[in-house]
Amino acid sequence: MTTNEWPLWEIFIRGQHGLSHRHVGSLHAPDAEMAIKHARDVYTRRNEGVSIWVAKAENIAASAPSDKGPLFEPSNDKVYRHPTFFDIPDEAGHM
Amino acid sequence: MYAQMVKSTGQGVKPREEMSPQERAFQDRIDADQKIEPKDWMPDAYRKTLIRQIGQHAHSEIVGQLPEGNWITRAPTLERKAILLAKVQDEAGHGLYLYCAAETLGVSRDELTQDLLSGRMKYSSIFNYPTLTWADMGAVGWLVDGAAIMNQVPLQRTSYGPYSRAMIRICKEESFHQRQGYDIMMKMANGSDAQKKMAQDALNRFWYPSLMMFGPSDKESVHSAQSMAWKIKINTNDELRQKFVDQTVPQAELLGLSIPDPDLRWNEERGHYDFSEPDWTEFFDVLRGAGPCNTDRMAARRNAWDDGAWFRDGLMAHAEKKRARAAAAKTAAE
Ligand SMILES: [Fe+2]
Ligand SMILES: [Fe+2]
Repeated sequence: MTTNEWPLWEIFIRGQHGLSHRHVGSLHAPDAEMAIKHARDVYTRRNEGVSIWVAKAENIAASAPSDKGPLFEPSNDKVYRHPTFFDIPDEAGHM
Repeated sequence: MYAQMVKSTGQGVKPREEMSPQERAFQDRIDADQKIEPKDWMPDAYRKTLIRQIGQHAHSEIVGQLPEGNWITRAPTLERKAILLAKVQDEAGHGLYLYCAAETLGVSRDELTQDLLSGRMKYSSIFNYPTLTWADMGAVGWLVDGAAIMNQVPLQRTSYGPYSRAMIRICKEESFHQRQGYDIMMKMANGSDAQKKMAQDALNRFWYPSLMMFGPSDKESVHSAQSMAWKIKINTNDELRQKFVDQTVPQAELLGLSIPDPDLRWNEERGHYDFSEPDWTEFFDVLRGAGPCNTDRMAARRNAWDDGAWFRDGLMAHAEKKRARAAAAKTAAE
């Protein structure tokens, strides 16, 4: 049996509350238009969203698990990037 | 369960001393409840076992639409019809989530479909039983989805990230499935004598097949021990079956229906119900393909695949034509 499989799309939905689009899953569709239609049928069945993005899975570039160290560890010792690093007297008010 | 008798490829749990450093680091991550993601290194056997398990689970969701699909056009009211339709649509979505999770392990959805159609991969034994009356829609939602929930809730914590996320989505929808089934049972059990009889008959026919969904006892199975070490199986089959019985008996009492098991009784000492085992010979017969509806179910899936080929190909051709036309228009404009 020959297969002419529809390509895979990654689906992103913006929820009701104005937050960013969030990855919810994937599906197969022949093109972007159909991917949006399928996404609406599968991923917004219970009022989950107000907007849909679709991206062909093959067009998504991802960091490699082995890059975890070089990519993310440098921020570990930069505690001064957090507001809690600074001691501010209460009299200064909310800051 | 929806994935019954999944064999891991190994010979049981590998002792730590025999593991390679990579395998040891992998097991440590699982023991620390970290999720394994698609691009992470994983033992070959973990990958293969997961493909079998998730694939079988996905096939069950898809084939599982058939017994209920049988009643969509025969539902007693428009509201019941809309509810059942929504439920069956959900199951199609469950199949989709799970196929996508399996695809992250390097197998394509079409490959999995071919393995189902050729009989190389299985689906849950429960879907080889017929749905003879409307009360069966109640029994299926209440018992079959109820048993599925027992298995799927702990699997939300499974070690493989995409599988766990699919389970979380699925569990959100399952509660609707079980409640709509129980709602049908309440209506029937409190209806006319004939309706009550139908409800009892549905329970009689679906009780033991539902207990079979958890699979035979796997206390001594090397495959289950490995799957549990990998956290792709969380409880033993017996634990889940017991939990299901303990939960379901009071629900049957509430309906005024009786569980078709003369040996069923509360065991004060154990704090659980004692109950009769299903007929495991029947279970193995059904798995082998000799259940009442195996031939029908497979024929329906094969027809769906064959009859849908022109549609799948047509949409691909249309998408290609649209793309070419857009490209030509762009060149002309330049
Ligand atoms: Fe389901
Ligand atoms: Fe369900």
